[in-house]
Amino acid sequence: MAAPIAIHLEFGGGAELLFNGVKEHHVTLPSQSEPWDVKQLLVWIQRNLLKERPELFVQGDSVRPGILVLINDADWELMGELDYQLQDQDNIVFISTLHGG
Amino acid sequence: MAQEVCSLKAQLKEQEKEIAALKKKLSQLEKSHTSALELHDKVRPLTPLKAKLALSNEDIMRYSRQLLLPELGVQGQLNLSKTSVLVVGCGGLGCPLAQYLAAAGIGRLGLLDYDEVELSNLHRQVLHGEENQGQAKALSAANAARRLNSTVECIPYHLQLSSENALQLIQQYDIVADCSDNVPTRYLVNDACVLSGKPLVSASALRMEGQLTVYNYSGGPCYRCLYPVPPPPETVTNCSDGGVLGVVPGIMGCFQALEVIKIASGQGSSCSQQLVMFDAQDARFRSIKLRPKQAGCAVCGENPSVTKLVDYESFCGSAATDKCRKLNLLPRDQRITVQDYQSIMDKAVPHLLLDVRPLVEVEICHLPFSLNIPLSSLEERKTEHIQLFQERISQLKQQMAGDCRPPVYVICKLGNDSQKAVQVLEKMSGSEVDSIMVKDICGGLMAWAQKIDPTFPQY
Repeated sequence: MAAPIAIHLEFGGGAELLFNGVKEHHVTLPSQSEPWDVKQLLVWIQRNLLKERPELFVQGDSVRPGILVLINDADWELMGELDYQLQDQDNIVFISTLHGG
Repeated sequence: MAQEVCSLKAQLKEQEKEIAALKKKLSQLEKSHTSALELHDKVRPLTPLKAKLALSNEDIMRYSRQLLLPELGVQGQLNLSKTSVLVVGCGGLGCPLAQYLAAAGIGRLGLLDYDEVELSNLHRQVLHGEENQGQAKALSAANAARRLNSTVECIPYHLQLSSENALQLIQQYDIVADCSDNVPTRYLVNDACVLSGKPLVSASALRMEGQLTVYNYSGGPCYRCLYPVPPPPETVTNCSDGGVLGVVPGIMGCFQALEVIKIASGQGSSCSQQLVMFDAQDARFRSIKLRPKQAGCAVCGENPSVTKLVDYESFCGSAATDKCRKLNLLPRDQRITVQDYQSIMDKAVPHLLLDVRPLVEVEICHLPFSLNIPLSSLEERKTEHIQLFQERISQLKQQMAGDCRPPVYVICKLGNDSQKAVQVLEKMSGSEVDSIMVKDICGGLMAWAQKIDPTFPQY
């Protein structure tokens, strides 16, 4: 059994509007048999934080195009994307790309 | 006698000085007057930018405060003067960018925008003035930049960048700055920069946030490496919908100017493979390390599938402007015009007017007697709002005696959200609330202001 882990979630670039405008969330992911990865985190976010209009945040089992995921201040592509195993105190940021000028 | 000679000589000297000053003033005026800027409505070949061999005394005085920096120095200044920069979009980002590039002594400044200056631009597009309303933004920006520094060659382009003209245009410049306001243009500019090997200094801003990255530079990723698939159009918010605090694109445009100047002068940018994010609410900048150039990228990868410019509007499923789209979700019989609604008001037909805009917009302006329930509250079925709506329907039913389906007219700013709200209310009618007859008012409050009540504010 993997112990529960506390992580820090952040939403920006407008993605926070899907979460009642709240940018920062300190959450604890419950204990489960396997270690938590980002793919499972996305499912957890959908069930626990995102109540409405999931299509504006996820597409299939990943985030929708136009949202950049950062794990501890680095592009998630450098960290293994959906397969990255979450560690206690990790900082995960979801940034919606801006296009205005 | 000798005293008189002396005094006359002094007077003469004084007069000569004055004449010299007047001559200088005249020649400056003539220079700026005779070379009135010519607005380009299509892409034409430019003469190559000549490299300066040395700085003139005037250059030395003008740029002295930056020449003193060892990071720039004389060589950096000469490098700036032989660099041409294309600014795509003369709006909230492009104005401060062009301003600082002109002030710093860039050689040539291409200023592109298809749009004209409007009053609602002025809070952030700071090169344009009240007297420039209706004028091409490119021309207004070029004139303002030239007032700042007449030694900079400014070329205004009043045209829409397209797959047909982008390569020809971008090939003529050394550095491109993306200051555009829509997704198709961002992909178009990226691809054209990759295909012609130009560094792309890209920024964007919305509400209270900004982002900046330098693409296709010193082996780093391009825009497509990061965003291989465009976002669904309904997830994209523009400045006229979402709003923007003017100083936010101002800060990001200045940041772009900084990176352009660093590249042009030879210092190099540190923003390749980096995303700089600015949060104006928390007054915080953050720099994030991005993925490297992707081998599988469709345009800059090892086996690119995009080898010439494509149709970006169809690739992105949206138009290359930030003007609001007009949705058509409802059949004709579920929509009324503002003229229809005026006659309903005039005849005092019992009805409910439902305004579905967010509260912040209702506070700007609203029609009297309207009930405000934001579209998001309807979509989320917010209990207190649904109760309030039901109460008003019940009151209306009592007034109407006999007639069983009370009419509800839904209004918003432009007539898009009101159609979505009609769809939601249709589903609720007869189950979650009493049965109602619900229609939207075409064109919304802006149509009301344009066609019925000219004193009603537009925003």
